Amino acid sequence: MNTTPSSSDFILQVEHLSMKFGGLVAIGDLSFQARRGEITALIGPNGAGKTTVFNCITGFYKPTEGMITLNKRDGSTYLLERLPNHEIPARANVARTFQNIRLFSGMTLLENLLVAQHNKLMKASGYTFLGLFGFPSYRQASAESIELARHWLEKADLVDRADDPAGDLPYGAQRRLEIARAMCTGPELLCLDEPAAGLNPRESAALNELLMDIKNSTSILLIEHDMSVVMQISDHVVVLEYGRKISDGSPQTVRTDPRVIAAYLGVDDEEVEEVLTEVGDEDVIEQLDTGPDSAHGPGNSASMMAGPVSDSVEHADEGERVTVSKGASKAAQVDARAASIASNPQPAAKPAAKSSAAKVAPKKPAAKAPAAKADSASKGTQAAAKPTSGKRGGDK
Amino acid sequence: MAATVSPERDVVVPPIQRAFREGLYAGAIALGLFVLFIGLRTDQNISNELILVQRWLLLALVVIATAVGRFLYVGYAQPAMERAKAEKAKAPAVVAEPGFVRQNFNKIGIVVLLLYPIAMVLAFGFQGSLKWVDNFGIQILIYVMLAWGLNIVVGLAGLLDLGYVAFYAVGAYAYALLGTHFGLSFWILLPAAGCMAAFWGVMLGFPVLRLRGDYLAIVTLAFGEIIRLVIINWREVTNGSAGISGIPKVSFFGLMSFNVSDPNYIAKVLHIAQSGAYYKIFLYYLILALCFLTAFVTIRLRRLPVGRAWEALREDEIACRSLGINTTTTKLTAFATGAMFGGFAGSFFAARQGFVSPESFVFLESAIILAIVVLGGMGSLGGIAVAALVMIGGTEILRELGFLKVVFGPDFTPELYRMLLFGMAMVIVMLWKPRGFVGSREPTAFLKERRAVSGSFTKEGHG
Repeated sequence: MNTTPSSSDFILQVEHLSMKFGGLVAIGDLSFQARRGEITALIGPNGAGKTTVFNCITGFYKPTEGMITLNKRDGSTYLLERLPNHEIPARANVARTFQNIRLFSGMTLLENLLVAQHNKLMKASGYTFLGLFGFPSYRQASAESIELARHWLEKADLVDRADDPAGDLPYGAQRRLEIARAMCTGPELLCLDEPAAGLNPRESAALNELLMDIKNSTSILLIEHDMSVVMQISDHVVVLEYGRKISDGSPQTVRTDPRVIAAYLGVDDEEVEEVLTEVGDEDVIEQLDTGPDSAHGPGNSASMMAGPVSDSVEHADEGERVTVSKGASKAAQVDARAASIASNPQPAAKPAAKSSAAKVAPKKPAAKAPAAKADSASKGTQAAAKPTSGKRGGDK
Repeated sequence: MAATVSPERDVVVPPIQRAFREGLYAGAIALGLFVLFIGLRTDQNISNELILVQRWLLLALVVIATAVGRFLYVGYAQPAMERAKAEKAKAPAVVAEPGFVRQNFNKIGIVVLLLYPIAMVLAFGFQGSLKWVDNFGIQILIYVMLAWGLNIVVGLAGLLDLGYVAFYAVGAYAYALLGTHFGLSFWILLPAAGCMAAFWGVMLGFPVLRLRGDYLAIVTLAFGEIIRLVIINWREVTNGSAGISGIPKVSFFGLMSFNVSDPNYIAKVLHIAQSGAYYKIFLYYLILALCFLTAFVTIRLRRLPVGRAWEALREDEIACRSLGINTTTTKLTAFATGAMFGGFAGSFFAARQGFVSPESFVFLESAIILAIVVLGGMGSLGGIAVAALVMIGGTEILRELGFLKVVFGPDFTPELYRMLLFGMAMVIVMLWKPRGFVGSREPTAFLKERRAVSGSFTKEGHG
């Protein structure tokens, strides 16, 4: 499948990825690509499903649907959703870090980096038997692995503390060590889960430098909340909200995307309307228009159904699930607005018509009433598109 | 209302007055506790009737002793300790250079172990040394080896195994059965017993891999009991609880034998006087060699990727998987390696006893081995050896305390206090050194200098 040059351009292709936990959709039909040699950032509000995407890519979860293709530099292709957990780093060369740092805290920094070279050393030690008798080939491999560890310790600026236990390091240094450890596996794709979380500005700048350095040899997939990091270093940004992709493009385009703004900043209802008309985003409007769900879908009836279903689920299930309150998805809200503006649908109920009528009139005074209506409309579109999206759980 | 402090709290009570009060309290509590325990005792009289013996004097003595003890502790011992502490804090911190013994602990230990039987023979003669070499030397070394084997599973890989004695039993029965039925030599059966135990380690490992922590402990405990019950009930093969006797002795690599009737009996070959001590001394060096083998393999394995993976598994299993370590095979190798050493120890045990029965493989043995590992400090070979010496040597020494009969009366049997000693030792060590005798961890590789990792950073593992 990597016959066309365009596909081997992408190191990672995620196609129609869905992850469901029981009735809860953590990721719904997500597709995106990460280019080789670039930093691709995956952003979104809390609970958007970013870490779940990571867990699917690195094999900690088996996705319910979809395909994750990894194209290695040598032309080989791996379908990550089919590989067992531990073979993804070993064979497909995908390494990851964790949101809550997972170091081997009782082992020294050097040992942490040596554990990361396990598979290579295991082969060199003849699966323990040659190493047990001290064969020179293993000694050489061992010395090389220490050199590689030293190289990454130097890059991470930790070489002075190489013989200290990892649990003794300050927080920022632990973050860097975890990245260095992941790099010691020799990855082609490095998945970083919030590497800048909890760092002060100086540490964050040092991290940016380290990542730019790594980028020369390894493609990076990044989850980050710190927008200064994302906007500075990433080449491509994918925005998730409630398990769905709401935007995809360069940092600049994403930054100005009204849906991203709405999703991220939680724009007020009136403002959403304003933003939309100001931007006059024809693309968005058109895109939404072609979708089956915008206006002509089962709208009203679905919304009527969605309420009770989600309610019952909320009561019946274990406390893990969180029900999305009506209209919580800001992006969907924007979509709904766009839809109602663009195609002036015959939808929901009579007040909706009133809201579209209000569009012609000066916006400000009519703000309150349409806002409420738009809520119900947005719920309708949402329910039609993704019937189970009424409830979702944390991805952590 | 929470802000108001009761006025009497601010009044500083002179220590003696406080000590007097506390002593009175302690006495009162002791009186309440012991009035039925000590003050009254039920007994039988000559015509088999239940009578109540009243021991008020003894009760009074105990209560007074408690009260006075508390008074002295609060009034004098506590202030003295605080003064000493304050003085110590005032004095400049001097980093004590570790003494000669501490620096060369391992070397001294090895030399002492090598010379021990010779010293015993010189001190007590051949016949007199039997007890010291066999009851103390061999007995302790068997436990050292078992604990070092279990250390791989519990201390390094962090998998809590409460059924370790099962592998010990597999090794012992492997040698006993194959040795008595087929007359195979110990030197062939030793590796065979190890392999068989390792095989059972993998058999046990497979189903329990998905379990962690307490659940793993329960399943391994059950496995230990299953093996024991199979041995008891499979009479046709194992001879049930009657056990197997007449297990052949170990020969000196086939060159010399330790059976008096054999033509190549050691005393005949070397033209020396007949004695049972030769065999015991030989066994001592054999188990010592097996212990050294265990230690050598453990130390080597720790520096190999598989050993590092075990320790990494103990620290964080999920991180291991994210680094491409196959946790399934890593856990299985830990189980198999630990079980193999258990099997070696088992076949040695069978050869030494000449008799095996299921009685030797009860849960208590597993618990003792685990206690030795935990007391010694998980992962540390030296600490575990010291713990085995204290625990097993301590219980053996109880047999030597017959002279205490003079003090406590003729029906005092010190051996009965074995478990009490065991429990007390554990409580004291855990209070004083919660991570065991050697709580720190020796790193397996270093860039500039090797520094021990404090026990507060290492994890115990949870699966």
